Amino acid sequence: MNELTTKTAAELAAAVAGGEVSAAEVTAAHLARIEAVEGQVNAFLHVAADAAARASEIDARRAAGAPLGPLGGVPVAVKDLFATVGMPTTCGSRILEGWHPPYESTITRRLREAGAILIGKTNMDEFAMGSSTENSAYGPSHNPWDLSFVPGGSSGGSAAAVAAYEAPLALGTDTGGSIREPAAVCGIVGTKPTYGGSSRYGVVAFASSLDTPGPLARSVLDAALLHEAMSGHDPMDSTSIDAPVPPVVAAARQADVAGMRIGIVSEFSGEGYQPGVMTRFNEAVELLESLGAKVTEISCRHFKYAMPAYYLIAPSEVSSNLARFDGMRYGLRASASSAEETMSLSRDAGFGDEAKRRIVLGTYALSSGYYDAYYGKAQQVRTLIIRDFDAAFEQVDVLVSPSSPTTAFPIGERADDPIAMYLADLCTIPSNLAGNAAISVPCGLAPENGLPVGLHVMAPVLADDRLYRVGAAVEAAFESRWGHPLLTEAKGLSA
Amino acid sequence: MTVTYEEALQKYEPVFGLETHVELGTRTKMFCGCPTAFGAEPNTQVCPVCLGLPGSLPVVNQRAIEFAIRIGLALNCSIASWCRFARKNYFYPDMPKNFQISQYDEPLCTDGYLDVLTGGETVRVGIERVHLEEDTGKSLHVGGATGRIQGAEYSLVDYNRSGIPLVEIVTKPVPGTGYLAPEVARAYVTELRDVLRTLGVSDVRMEEGSMRCDVNTSIAARGSGAWGTRTETKNVNSLRSVERAVRSEISRQAGVLDAGERVVQETRHFHEDTGVTTSGRSKEEAQDYRYFPEPDLVPVAPADEWVSSIRASLPELPSARRARLISAWSLSELEFESLRNAGALDVVEATVAVGASPADARKWWLGELARKANDDGIEVSALPITPSDVARIAALVKAGTLNDRLAREVIDGVLWGEGTPDEVVEKRGLAVVSDDSALIAAVDEAIAAHPDVAEKVRGGKVAAAGALVGAVMKATRGQADAPRVRELILERLS
Ligand SMILES: [Zn+2]
Repeated sequence: MNELTTKTAAELAAAVAGGEVSAAEVTAAHLARIEAVEGQVNAFLHVAADAAARASEIDARRAAGAPLGPLGGVPVAVKDLFATVGMPTTCGSRILEGWHPPYESTITRRLREAGAILIGKTNMDEFAMGSSTENSAYGPSHNPWDLSFVPGGSSGGSAAAVAAYEAPLALGTDTGGSIREPAAVCGIVGTKPTYGGSSRYGVVAFASSLDTPGPLARSVLDAALLHEAMSGHDPMDSTSIDAPVPPVVAAARQADVAGMRIGIVSEFSGEGYQPGVMTRFNEAVELLESLGAKVTEISCRHFKYAMPAYYLIAPSEVSSNLARFDGMRYGLRASASSAEETMSLSRDAGFGDEAKRRIVLGTYALSSGYYDAYYGKAQQVRTLIIRDFDAAFEQVDVLVSPSSPTTAFPIGERADDPIAMYLADLCTIPSNLAGNAAISVPCGLAPENGLPVGLHVMAPVLADDRLYRVGAAVEAAFESRWGHPLLTEAKGLSA
Repeated sequence: MTVTYEEALQKYEPVFGLETHVELGTRTKMFCGCPTAFGAEPNTQVCPVCLGLPGSLPVVNQRAIEFAIRIGLALNCSIASWCRFARKNYFYPDMPKNFQISQYDEPLCTDGYLDVLTGGETVRVGIERVHLEEDTGKSLHVGGATGRIQGAEYSLVDYNRSGIPLVEIVTKPVPGTGYLAPEVARAYVTELRDVLRTLGVSDVRMEEGSMRCDVNTSIAARGSGAWGTRTETKNVNSLRSVERAVRSEISRQAGVLDAGERVVQETRHFHEDTGVTTSGRSKEEAQDYRYFPEPDLVPVAPADEWVSSIRASLPELPSARRARLISAWSLSELEFESLRNAGALDVVEATVAVGASPADARKWWLGELARKANDDGIEVSALPITPSDVARIAALVKAGTLNDRLAREVIDGVLWGEGTPDEVVEKRGLAVVSDDSALIAAVDEAIAAHPDVAEKVRGGKVAAAGALVGAVMKATRGQADAPRVRELILERLS
């Protein structure tokens, strides 16, 4: 493996800016890595044909003395639901196979402007619905820790790409945990920013009121760099917050939790939680205490209703959001004799089982006569969860829990058991319902299977910087204890 | 069973209501920056948002909100201090997202009224709600007999219209208008159109589809106090059709009830050619639109100060203007209606503003000019003559420079593009001749030519002088000052 691929984004940006290495070399190293390991990982659905050309542009800019941007020459892998000009966007679905968006998402545009090299589009559960990438129409991605295990999902391709050193940074989206859970099970860092902190324009919708684009990276500082570069108000997204981006990079550099009040969510433990996950989680909490944080336990009693509420709200929204995929204007089109039949057959052929399951669920939940009992009630639960958070954040600065109740599971193990699959997002869903910010940072390997465990940190709306203070402190302390980054222990890949 | 309208009204009491869709005249669409201009090449005024491309998001056009508030205020509605858009979900190829962004249980404007004048009476029509939504694209079904999707060989969709802002204005049910129901319905749409035009929020062209009506009608036995089952007649797209649709639906429903059957709650289609409605979708087949709050948009919360400033900027509305003009010009309501129905209000008011008397202004615009407009098949206001021209002509008549016949000639000249009234008078040499020396010669000639008539006048039959006056007028090609001619004749023959 070329050592350029093991560098952090921060190191690469500095090296390119300083002329120690060219963007072309950085990009070539990562393309070579992709070439070498993709057969095992299947993280990418598409590798950018123009990556080398873009890198040369960065080098030309540098030669001309022009500023490169904070991510100048740094490769970024992009989850395949961001609209990108020049690359297809499939959302992991057959129904969008071969669709080339005629427009660019706000975030990928910003990253291009920041000098990033968009190196390819990553695999995902179809329309971001899933926790393993097994719902992709293009085959699952594989966990670089053990190729027979899932990399989590739905941003599993992004997490696997970063963990396999195919890219130092990746974009994901998090609707119920789709960044944090794959980050946790792949042993990397992943953040769900405050809802509205990162633009959804050009991000194909799963559940509009929950979807949050965010960064995946191998270090907390790298995640902060991408977080900062992608964020900020976007007039094209009505739900985008018109406020300054929280100082996430400064917080990651501060890496200090002394005096910080940290609350353990007491609901997120017990039955269903893998013992090794709890062991590592408890160690992380002790570590935080040793670093000067004040740790208390806090009950958020409505969190236990978060998952049922989520599985009414998200399918309801998705049933409407996915209605446009009807074969009429783009994507897969079944041949039939009438418009209605064309729409119906196209959708039948184009959507996978999980997408269909949720469309049917959501259609039912929104139906006349059921709306109040389902969607309406779920929205009330959502309000109660927000109140739980509000009350908790009066007492503490951040809340912590395991990122997922278990480590990665073997491919196929939960494929026929949707409920078991849904449980992977048990701890992450409340922050989506409340719209606040949360991160997953590695906190060790579960003793029973040697797979990574994530520490989940939740912060109030627009207090995303706190995540990075805690995350960077935990990362620094653990790495000094372990003597190396956790990911260097991943031995799943043969290259 | 066929029942005439008159028979229907003897037994049944009608109730009607209207849902009117109006395309707002904003420069850009409801949720994107595409232009709204009518008549462009298909699919040239589109973008990722109004094509509903995956990942695109709507952003509310503030101008459309302002227009809807203007409408709400003009219709005496309450303006919500907080409301949301909702998704109306159904599948149709001209809907790019397969849902329409609309408003459901939280409309922007609620509970108002519009006073409508018809047949000299004022009827207050309650307004249930005014809400905003986006228009759909337009389908063209090619092949097949009906122009409908069923039986078509293929269909084309033009998304230029997709996302154009619409307001839907829904009345409360209007009971108690009896025999006049069709006329009141028409008068409501007419008044609404005038209000919207006055507000400058829409070009309200029914023929181009920028204003479209759905008509709800029900009937119940007279004196029963009950309300019948209503039908909704879709796409009634002219003022005349509104009246005809209500009338025909009342007769049809009376026939159904007389036959001992029940009126089915359904949507019906109005046919312009025959003036009757035919059955569409029944309620049993009705769509479940699965409304829910649009998660891609934030709530609309118009600030009180903003609403107040919009209220302060409202122009004089047709009802206020009606009251003002009826009083200022001493008109009856019927006289006012004829003026309004002739489309002459603006020009008459402008003519009065530059000095003509209201009576003169009305006389010329409703008389000679209305005839000319009618001959040309245009609105009276579209004639190539200005209110100042008409006021000047009226002034010339008043001063005795022109008589009515000459004035009509001057009007002709102006309409033919010969210049201002004064220029036409000059060029055509049309001024009334009141110079005695010129007239006396003509009078003497006429007396000489008609000695028998002259004798009668001399003998005291003053009425016979009319024939001599006529001869003088003929000889002077109508330009003589007729009263003066008469005086001169009587002088010469006394
Ligand atoms: Zn557009």
